[in-house]
Amino acid sequence: MNQNDGGKAGAGQANDEPVPAMQRVLDNPFLLLFLGITVPAVFYIIWGVMEIANIPIGR
Amino acid sequence: MKPLFRTCPKSGLVLHRDAENLIKANAVAAVVFLAVGGLLGLLVALTRWPSVHLLDAQRFYQVLTGHGVVTLLVWVIFFEIAVLYFCSAVLLRCRIAMPRVAWTAFVLMLVGAAITAVAIIQGGSSVMMTSYVPMPASPLFYLGLILFAVGALIGCFIFLGTLVIARDERTYEGSIPLVTFGALSACIIAIFTIASGAIILIPTFLWSVGYIGSVDPLMYRVIWWAMGHSSQQINVAAHVSVWYAIAAIVFGAKPLSEKVSRGAFLLYILFINLASAHHLLVDPGVGSEWKIFNTSYAMYLAVLASLVHGLTVPGSIEVAQRKKGLNGGLFEWLRKAPWGNPVFSGMFLSLVGFGFIGGISGVVMGVEQINFLVHNTIYVPGHFHGTVAIGTTLAFMALSFWLVPILFRRELIWPGLAKWQPWLFGIGTALQAFFMMGAGTLGVSRRHWDIAFTDALFDWAYSGLAYTMMALNGMSALMAVTGGLLFVLIMVGTIFFGRPSGVPAEYSAQRPATLLPPAPETGGHAGIGMGWLVAPGTFVLAMFLLVIFVVYYVINYAYLASLWKIS
Ligand code: HEM
Ligand SMILES: [Cu+2]
Repeated sequence: MNQNDGGKAGAGQANDEPVPAMQRVLDNPFLLLFLGITVPAVFYIIWGVMEIANIPIGR
Repeated sequence: MKPLFRTCPKSGLVLHRDAENLIKANAVAAVVFLAVGGLLGLLVALTRWPSVHLLDAQRFYQVLTGHGVVTLLVWVIFFEIAVLYFCSAVLLRCRIAMPRVAWTAFVLMLVGAAITAVAIIQGGSSVMMTSYVPMPASPLFYLGLILFAVGALIGCFIFLGTLVIARDERTYEGSIPLVTFGALSACIIAIFTIASGAIILIPTFLWSVGYIGSVDPLMYRVIWWAMGHSSQQINVAAHVSVWYAIAAIVFGAKPLSEKVSRGAFLLYILFINLASAHHLLVDPGVGSEWKIFNTSYAMYLAVLASLVHGLTVPGSIEVAQRKKGLNGGLFEWLRKAPWGNPVFSGMFLSLVGFGFIGGISGVVMGVEQINFLVHNTIYVPGHFHGTVAIGTTLAFMALSFWLVPILFRRELIWPGLAKWQPWLFGIGTALQAFFMMGAGTLGVSRRHWDIAFTDALFDWAYSGLAYTMMALNGMSALMAVTGGLLFVLIMVGTIFFGRPSGVPAEYSAQRPATLLPPAPETGGHAGIGMGWLVAPGTFVLAMFLLVIFVVYYVINYAYLASLWKIS
């Protein structure tokens, strides 16, 4: 694997062009981390736990 | 400052000494656990082979617990930590963040795995890897898992820290490489996985030692599966990254579109974990909206991402091969691929097996209505041996054939046998998956010691065909285990007895040359492919997958209708 081999390096981007918004998102690992935790935490865990917590307790 | 980098003369990889040692340690631990887990799998399969019925009931559940924990958690996660370190420090030509802490993480994982193993061996923790409450395991069982998870979590942060160092020290230009980006998605999924694990396993541990009165079983299942399912998605993201890496290593292939591939990894990051809900499709307490949103609307976006990867990886190989002149017909590129090279054949069998067996069965089974047909039958292990044994394990094996000789500077022993290894393991496991899925369709339960229900209050008999399938599963297991054993022997043999390859390691550089982005494509794809398709063979394969998927889906609905006798 040398410097130029495929699949191993980012999109060839000339340095002076403005970086597209999507690429800025993809280049920010901590933003991705935030999204990757929040989305499943909200839709799966919080929603799921709320449904269970709302089951009335039988007597 | 001591020079800490060496360049591998054969592969051109730049290796940082600490990173190299950490990768070695994690990979070796992984292989050792795979050996144990595979042998336990054999005992399980032989017990479920009706006329062999090897173990007694107690032993069976104990061994099954061991098999699940050791393979699914310990083997894959150790290897994934090695992959994370490789994709950060090595691919970015960067020093690894906090090597001492990384060693602590390694020791924590090792100690944790050992503690859980002891708990299982002692016999009081035969609760299966899912350890559903209120079935109690010994406190050590949970404690070991928690320590293991903490170690793995630290490993994830070492990976992120290394990305930060590489960016700050400008060891690369442009964006991180695609393979590293894939590893980043695996890392993010892993952090969600481990956080969910902590939320549920810590209270369960406290319950097992008596500090907490009870843990609600429904709540447990919801949160446990946020860990249990997501950990499978670490595997997917990691093995897909390995596919891309191997396509580049073996063929010099470039992804058809970096943007599309990165976008697909982003879909994983956002949506793949929601599919955890497919494990709760028959649970009361969570509503259909929750089930259907999480398993279809959201999950199909992640499935779409897998389809993209499944298309672009072989597509990029096809383009690379066609450019080398193998441009004839639909499949010359594939026919003349290096099938005798286990790095390639392992990767390609992993890809095909993951798509056709694990993928199709998973998507079909994840439909709420169809799930009723096979829920908790042995169809389920059939499905996930297609994903995790063929998809993940075989991809990792293929990578090891390339990486272990580089790391240990030894030549692979038994190259003749190594050729056969992926075929034995891949085909053996594929057959296992088929027969388990077949038996499951006929109703055979998973995790069940006695298919004949001896002494049960009511009589019940599975069809003769179901028995045959379970026997064939046992035979296929023999083949798969032979392949697995061969892998372990070749790895261990190479590390200890392989011929030293070339010059001794010279750590001569303090700072390696900066990694440059790939040169822009010159000449385009003119002159290859057919008509407007640059990769027509891959296109045909993809259509084939789609047709099989649709047919299988319809068959399952027909089967469902026949069960419900709707007229
Ligand atoms: C070639 C080796 C293997 C053989 C012969 C084998 C065999 C089996 C069989 C027959 C079962 C079903 C048991 C039942 O439900 O009654 C099973 C379950 C399972 N296997 Fe494997 N397997 C192998 C490799 C693997 C690998 C490589 C992985 C993961 C990376 C894996 C993960 C699992 C898991 C998680 C279960 C479910 C355990 C449970 O229900 O708690 N297996 N295996
Ligand atoms: Cu799942």
